[in-house]
Amino acid sequence: MLHLALFLFFGTICVAGAINLLVQRHPINSALSLVVVMASLAAEYLLLGAEFVAAVQVIVYAGAIMVLFVFVIMLLNAGEEERTQGSRVAILLGIPGVVIGTVLVAWVLLHRSSTGLVSIGGLRGDPKSIAGLLFKDFLLPFEVTSILILIAIMGAVVLASRPGAVARRHGEPTATETRELVSAGKER
Amino acid sequence: MVPLTCYLLLSGILFVCGVLGFLIKRNIITIFMSIELMLNGVNLSFVAFAAHWHALSGQVFVFFVMVVAAAEAAVGLAIIIAVYRTRETLNVDRVNLLKL
Repeated sequence: MLHLALFLFFGTICVAGAINLLVQRHPINSALSLVVVMASLAAEYLLLGAEFVAAVQVIVYAGAIMVLFVFVIMLLNAGEEERTQGSRVAILLGIPGVVIGTVLVAWVLLHRSSTGLVSIGGLRGDPKSIAGLLFKDFLLPFEVTSILILIAIMGAVVLASRPGAVARRHGEPTATETRELVSAGKER
Repeated sequence: MVPLTCYLLLSGILFVCGVLGFLIKRNIITIFMSIELMLNGVNLSFVAFAAHWHALSGQVFVFFVMVVAAAEAAVGLAIIIAVYRTRETLNVDRVNLLKL
């Protein structure tokens, strides 16, 4: 009973945050409602007994990734979303498609899935047992993800650095400088 | 005791909210946040199935999904900064040319 009440409480917060993300026009409001969704999902993970996953959810998702989002929103000084006319095909096909997909998934879940019950803290995912699995059975995927993170760091640095910052180091004109030189030549 | 179906329904609702946001939002940062919402919905069903089948590997998979999401966020936000530098807009409808 307590489990159901807590599930409904945090689930309601979660869905409300997700809908608020869609309704809000300013990206910073969407980012903050996404933090609410992630925090209530961490509570849902705790209800399922996944302690480590809940902690990582708060630290990595609600902490690191959302700080990155808010940082970029503030860096680019993103304002309110402007309304532009999208394509009509997207409205004509997209909305019925989403409705049909939702109804199908809900029908399959309600009628075909095993009616298993999940008890509170059904499976304790403490750091010790997770680490045992991660560093024995999943050692190769773990190392592959570390390479992935390394590549992502290098890609982010290269992409976010100023265009031409590499070229300037070698004494060549940058792309914007070339454009300015060409336009100056045309004026002359 | 909560039926497994409730958790799957919540995860499905979150995923559908993410898909809707991806389709109707015009701000590129908000579209990115919708993708994170979809990943979170999938993570919830991973943890629910892990508890249902008493298999801890489901929680390890959530860990991997989070790593991929972090890498994706880092690269994606760098791309957003690069796009904003050249186009000076965040509206995806205005970013419709490959060449400047």
